Amino acid sequence: MTKLKTQSLQKRESALANSKRQLEILSNGIFKSGELPTFKSKIAEIGHAPLKPNKLEILQINVGYMCNQVCSHCHVDAGPDRKEIMTRDTMQQCLDVIKTTGAHTLDLTGGAPEMNPNFRWFVEEASKVGIKDFIVRSNLTIIRANKKYHDLPQFFKKHNVHVVSSMPHWTRGKTDKQRGEGVFDQSIRALQDLNAIGYGLPNSDLKLDLVYNPSGAFLPGDQASMEKDFKKALLDDFNIQFHNLFAITNLPISRFLDYLIASENYEDYMHALVDAYNPEAVANVMCTNTISISWDGYLYDCDFNQMLELPVNSIVKHISEYNEAILQKRDIVISQHCYGCTAGAGSSCQGTVA
Amino acid sequence: MSKTYYDPADLRKFGNITEWNEELGTKFFDYYNSVFQEGALTAREKSLIALAVSHTEKCPYCIDAYSKDGLQRGITKAEMMEAVHVGAAIKSGAVLVHGVQMMNKVNKLDG
Repeated sequence: MTKLKTQSLQKRESALANSKRQLEILSNGIFKSGELPTFKSKIAEIGHAPLKPNKLEILQINVGYMCNQVCSHCHVDAGPDRKEIMTRDTMQQCLDVIKTTGAHTLDLTGGAPEMNPNFRWFVEEASKVGIKDFIVRSNLTIIRANKKYHDLPQFFKKHNVHVVSSMPHWTRGKTDKQRGEGVFDQSIRALQDLNAIGYGLPNSDLKLDLVYNPSGAFLPGDQASMEKDFKKALLDDFNIQFHNLFAITNLPISRFLDYLIASENYEDYMHALVDAYNPEAVANVMCTNTISISWDGYLYDCDFNQMLELPVNSIVKHISEYNEAILQKRDIVISQHCYGCTAGAGSSCQGTVA
Repeated sequence: MSKTYYDPADLRKFGNITEWNEELGTKFFDYYNSVFQEGALTAREKSLIALAVSHTEKCPYCIDAYSKDGLQRGITKAEMMEAVHVGAAIKSGAVLVHGVQMMNKVNKLDG
């Protein structure tokens, strides 16, 4: 069994549950005083303002904010109390788009996407379309959370789903501190279940990747080195194998922003992000090749903008009126949180970008 | 004037030392960056050595920098503390080994 780490900001009725309040913090203080340059001014220096899309490669669909975990740094503010869930009608609208999109990757996320009551139907229908890379972001513990989820590895295998799962560290203490007591043991068990049917094994087509994000107010280390360390430790300690490790930077929004402010790390962290700004990462940030779709069908440049309620800057706002050609002409909406995607080797849902 | 000799914010300004002597400052940082590249030792091992030396040198900037560097590399608290103990053992050993000199002197004078 796992224990919840905390409660969602919404449940706590925190002021930071309001995205407007988050955006105020990101726009004022050290950025308003000029102590740090705004993201817009920084990308203008290299001719990337306004930031424009490249070729669309990924449709990322957030099927709901409900989750069986309440991780301390969740940018979605997900948790068991969140009731925002994509309906079957909206899923059908997504399917209509998936049939015609030029994107080669479909990326389902949440919350725990498996908790959406129409999740399996949606996966079955979407897999029929024959999209090249079909990702489900599974938090692993959901597989062990309830008997009705125990067969998820088999279900994923049947539909050739590419499983991408969070794993903040190869030690119990660091993982449970971020994701809740018992999460590490349940995650290990779920990874062993996935390995047992072929996921993550060398040369297997059943792709299993892990996502690492730092457990505190620091940036991720070198992705390749971390992958080496993760692979060795998980193999030595638990006989677990996986394919790739994606090192993702925590963006200063939602519960991570709340943590930064409460721990008095906010200013230092923003300095660290700006100091690590890598102009080479700008051209490949994920908003340039991704459209993010929210549980209620609205369109965003990325999952982070979705959580900040910053919709796409386009006349096309909703999946029901989806038009890729028009969307591709939009200016991408940015704020200071975007520094999280351009720090160091860059960061995206697919790991580093530079 | 600052009321303390050390200001954590000064660490971010370390690179500014090149402003008053660009040639030597740049040479130092080039050397520094080369030292910490993967080599016969991994960057991870070098980070732990740097953390231990940061303590023996009692450099607060270095301790801040390499505690954070260790976290970024996934180095555990146990590994970090063991590294500090290595530094402490060498430091205390360096004191205690002088005890032999003391013994030699005392034995010569009062043998």
